[in-house]
Amino acid sequence: MTTTTAERPVGRSTPGAAPRGTPRRRPGRLRRAGLPYLLLLPALVLELLVHLVPMVIGIVMSFKELTQFYIRDWGTAPWSGFDNYRMSVDFDAPVGEALLHSFLVTVAFTLLSVGLCWLVGTAAAICMQDTFRGRGPLRALFLVPYALPVYAAVITWVFMFQRDNGLVNHVLHDQLHLTDQPSFWLIGDNSFWALLTVSVWKGWPFAFLIVMAGLQNIPRELYEAAALDGAGMWQQIRRITLPSLRPVNQVLVLVLFLWTFNDFNTPYVLFGRAAPQAADLISVHIYQASFVTWNFGTGSAMSVLLLLFLLVVTGVYLAVTSRGRRSADA
Amino acid sequence: MRSIRAAAVGAVTLSLALAASACGGGSSTGGGSNDEPTTLTYWASNQGASIEIDKKVLQPELDKFQKQTGIKVELEVVPWSDLLNRILTATTSGQGPDVLNIGNTWSASLQATGALLPWDAQNFGKIGGKDRFVASALGSTGAPGKDPAAVPLYSMAYALYYNKQIFADAGIAQPPATWAELTADAKKIQAEGKQALGAEGANVSENIHHVFVFAQQHGARFFTDDGKADFTDDGVVAAVKQYVDLMAADKVIPTGNAEYAQNQSVSDFAKGTTAMLLWQSASANLTSQGMSEDAYGIAPVPVQSGTPGTGTQVNSMVAGINLAVFKNTDNLDGATRFVKFMTSDEEQKILNKAYSTIPPVAGAQNDPAFSAPATAVLKNTLATSAAALPQVADESQFETTVGTAVKELFADAAAGRPVTTASVRAKLEKAQQQMPAK
Amino acid sequence: MRSPAPTPPRTSPMAPPVSFLWTRRILLTLLAGFVLVPVYVMVSSSLKPLADVSGKFRWLPSGLTVRPYLDIWSTVPLARYFANSLIVAGAATACSVVVAVFAAYAVSRHRFRGKRVFTVTVLSTQMFPGILFLLPLFLLYVNIGNATGIALFGSRGGLILTYLTFSLPFSIWMLIGYFDSVPRDLDEAALVDGCGPLGALFRVVVPAAIPGIVAVAVYAFMTAWGEVLFASVMTDDTTRTLAVGLQGYSTLNDVYWNQIMAASLVVSVPVVAGFLLLQRYLVAGLTAGAVK
Repeated sequence: MTTTTAERPVGRSTPGAAPRGTPRRRPGRLRRAGLPYLLLLPALVLELLVHLVPMVIGIVMSFKELTQFYIRDWGTAPWSGFDNYRMSVDFDAPVGEALLHSFLVTVAFTLLSVGLCWLVGTAAAICMQDTFRGRGPLRALFLVPYALPVYAAVITWVFMFQRDNGLVNHVLHDQLHLTDQPSFWLIGDNSFWALLTVSVWKGWPFAFLIVMAGLQNIPRELYEAAALDGAGMWQQIRRITLPSLRPVNQVLVLVLFLWTFNDFNTPYVLFGRAAPQAADLISVHIYQASFVTWNFGTGSAMSVLLLLFLLVVTGVYLAVTSRGRRSADA
Repeated sequence: MRSIRAAAVGAVTLSLALAASACGGGSSTGGGSNDEPTTLTYWASNQGASIEIDKKVLQPELDKFQKQTGIKVELEVVPWSDLLNRILTATTSGQGPDVLNIGNTWSASLQATGALLPWDAQNFGKIGGKDRFVASALGSTGAPGKDPAAVPLYSMAYALYYNKQIFADAGIAQPPATWAELTADAKKIQAEGKQALGAEGANVSENIHHVFVFAQQHGARFFTDDGKADFTDDGVVAAVKQYVDLMAADKVIPTGNAEYAQNQSVSDFAKGTTAMLLWQSASANLTSQGMSEDAYGIAPVPVQSGTPGTGTQVNSMVAGINLAVFKNTDNLDGATRFVKFMTSDEEQKILNKAYSTIPPVAGAQNDPAFSAPATAVLKNTLATSAAALPQVADESQFETTVGTAVKELFADAAAGRPVTTASVRAKLEKAQQQMPAK
Repeated sequence: MRSPAPTPPRTSPMAPPVSFLWTRRILLTLLAGFVLVPVYVMVSSSLKPLADVSGKFRWLPSGLTVRPYLDIWSTVPLARYFANSLIVAGAATACSVVVAVFAAYAVSRHRFRGKRVFTVTVLSTQMFPGILFLLPLFLLYVNIGNATGIALFGSRGGLILTYLTFSLPFSIWMLIGYFDSVPRDLDEAALVDGCGPLGALFRVVVPAAIPGIVAVAVYAFMTAWGEVLFASVMTDDTTRTLAVGLQGYSTLNDVYWNQIMAASLVVSVPVVAGFLLLQRYLVAGLTAGAVK
C-alpha cells in the first residue's frame, strides 16, 4: 500500500475524461487562431478596467503627497518620491511601528484563522463522508454561515459579544462562572479572539464544502484495497484521505489565506473604524490611514507594500507546494 | 511572441492613457455655474430617529421651496457611517451634490480641500448677512481668519441629563454643578444600587468632545495658536486623565461603558439604570425610547468650580450641523437661494423644533419653543459657555488619533490596568506623532 | 450529465470503529452548536421587544412580538435595498458566468500564445487589497462617465461591473478545471457534425458542465451579495444595496437590535434557501472543477 498516492484520482462524475494538455489538431484550426483571443477579450477588458488600471493609478498615487489639500485635483499634488514608503517602513517612528504591529497581528490572525478553518472544515467533511441519519440537514446547517450576508452575520456576533448584555458573557460568567468578572470582547486584548471566532465561524464552511467535494474524487478502490491490507479507519484517513486531498488543499489554503488576509468587511463591521490595537487588521489600518486621516498617498504606499508581500508569499507558496506535489506524484 | 508583446504594449498604453485621464481629477469642473437652474441635489445628515423620519421632516419643506422658486431639490439622507466618505469621494471626483450637510467640526478640514464655496461678505449678503447667526455657531465654520466654508444650520450643546427619581431616592436635592459634587453624588447613587454616569468610551468623537472641554477647563489647548499639535502639554494630559479617571479612579462611569460606541449609554439612561448622562440634545431620542419628559431633568455640564462661563469655565463644545455648497455646483444661484431658505427664521424654527436642536439664527431663537426649560439650558450654554473645537485643517486626524487614544485608555481602565499621568502622556505622545508633519 | 452526480457514499468494507463513531458524534454536535447559537440569537432577538434586546441577554424572550418585522420596512427602505441587491448581484452573477464560460472555454480547449500569462494575471488579481483600488476605481468611473456619458458611478451598472470582476478570477479558474473534465470527444463530434466552436460550446460543453456553472454562479452571487466597502462609496440612496442598507438600523440615536436581526433574517432566508437548494450542484460542481 505504499504506492496508493501514485495514481491521480479520477473524478467519478467525469468518466472518460481526456488526458490534459494534448489537444488533437483539428482541420481548419489555424483559421480560427483568433477565436481564443476573442473569447478572452471580455474577461481581459473587465480585469483591465476594474483591477489593473486602478492598480496602476494606485501605484502612481503612492508616489504623491496626496493629503486633503490636494485630493480635489490630485494631478496637482506634488510628487513625493519614496517619502510615503520611507514613512511606512520606518519602524522606529510611530506610523511605521503601527503598520508593523498591524502587519504582525494580521499575519498571526490569518495563520490561525486559515489553520482552524481548514482543520474544522476537513474534520467535518471526513466525519460526514459516510451516510448516517440526519446527514443531509446537518450539511445544510453547516453551510448557513457561508450563505448569510456578511453584515447580518457579524452584527449578530457584535450583539453576542457585548460585555454587559451579550450572550458570550452570560454563558461564560453568569452561567458557567468561568471568569471572575465579565470580560470585554470588543475592546482590549480579547478582541483578537473575538475576531478570530467570527472569522472561523464564517470561513470554515467554505473549507468544508471544498474538502467535501475533494473527498468525492478519491476512488473507492483505494479504500477497499487498504481495508484488504488490514488498515483501520484511522489509518485509512491518514494514509489515503489526507494525502489524496493534497492538491485540493494547495488551492484551498491559498485562497483562504488571500481572502482572510485582505478581509475588510469582518473587522470593519465588528469594531467600526477605530479597531482595537490587538485586532488592528491591516485592511482596516490602511483604510484608516487613507480614508479617516485623509492621507491617500501613504495609504496607497501601504497597500502597494501589502500587495508585494502577498505576491512574494503566493509565489513562494506555489513553488514549494507544487514541487512537493510533483515529487509526491512521481 | 510578437502578438503577446503587441498585446502587452497595447494594454500598458491603454492603462497609462486611462490613468492620465483620471489624473485630471475634478479639475475640469472648477468654478461653479448656473447650467442647471431648476434642480439641486441636497445631502442631508441623519438627524432624526431614522433616515425615513428625516425624509418625512425635510420633504414638505423642500416642496415648499420648490413652490416658492420652482427649483426641485433631490434629497438624499446620508447615514453618518457613510457621510464623510461620500464627501471625500465627491471632493476627489468633483461628482457630488450641490448643497450638503457637514458636521461642524469638519469645517476646517473640508475647507482645506478647497471644494466648498467660501462664504465671503458678498455670499453672506445673499442670505441676509453674517449678523443673523449666533457668534458661537459661526466660530465653528472654518479656520479663523478665512471666509467660512459653511453656514450653521442646527446647533447643539452638551448638558447633564439626570434621572429625577434616582436623585430623589439618593437624597440629592440639586444636580451637581462641579465635578467634585458629581463624584460625591455618584457615591450616593451607587449606594442605591444604580449606576452613576453613562459614557461612550469607544466612540472616538464623543471622547474628543469631552476631553476638549476638560482641556478648556484646565486652561490648555490641543493646538498652538499657529495650528501645531500640542497634545503633551501638561494641562492636556491632566484633562484627559481627569476624564478617564471618572472611570479609572472615581468609578463614576461603570467599566462596561468602555466598549460603548453605539449610544448604549442613552439606552441605559432611558431605562433608568444610570442616573446621569452627558449628551447633546437628547430629548427627542429619550422620548423615542419611551422615557417621559417629566422623568429627567437637564442641567449645565459641571465645571471645576464656580459657574459656567468663558475661558476655564467652558462646559460644552459648540456642536452642530453646517450647511455647505459645493464650489463646482451647476446651480450656484439656486444653491444660495436654498441656503437662504433653510436659514430663514421660519424654516429654522420648524427644523430645529423637529430635531430638538437650537437654531443658530438669532431671529429664530425668540420662538417660545426654545425657551422651555429643557432647551433653555442648551440655548444658554451655547450663548455663554460653549467653545468651538479647534478649527484647524488637521481636525479630522486629531479626532481620530486622540479619540482613539482615549478609547484605549478607557480599555486600560476597564481591564483594571492603572491609568497614570505617564501612561496618559505616552498615549498622547503617540497620537501626536501620528499627526501629519508640519 | 444534466443532473449532478449523486454523492457516492463511501461504504467502507469494514464498519467504522467505535472510537471514530464517538469522535464523529462529539465533533458534529459541537460544530452544530457553534453554528446554531448565533442563528438562534438572530431568530429569538428578532422576536423580542426593544427593551429586551437592549437589556441583559436572556435565552428565552420575556414576551414575543412581531413588531420588529413590521417596523423594519419603515425604518429603512428595506424593500428597495433588497431589490437593488437582487438586481446587482443577479446581473453581476449572470455576466460573470457568461464571461467566465467564454474565457474558460478558450483556455481549456485552445492552445494559444499568452495562455499562461492570462491565467496567472487573472488569478493574481485575487491578491489585490480592495482598499488599494477603491479610490482609483471611483475616479476612473467618474472620468469615464464625464468622457462618455455612461453613468458608472452611483449607478447599479458600476457596481455590477465591479462585482463581476471580483468573482471572475475564481470562476474562470474553477470552470477551466470543469471543462477539462468534460470529454473532448463530445465537442469534437459536434464540430464534425457541423457546429461551429461556439455551437459546440453551447450545445455540448455547457450542458455537460451545468453543475460547475451553478457552483460558479452561487459563488459569484454570494460575493456580490455581501460586499460592503465598495457599495458604501459607490451607491446613493436609490441604488444602495442591502449589505450597506442594513447599517441604517443603527442610527445616531439608537441601535434597533431587534430590527437589525429581523431584517437580517428576512434578507437571509431567500438567499440561504436558494443556496441550500443548489448545494448539491455546488458540491458536484466543485468536485469536478475547483478541486482537480
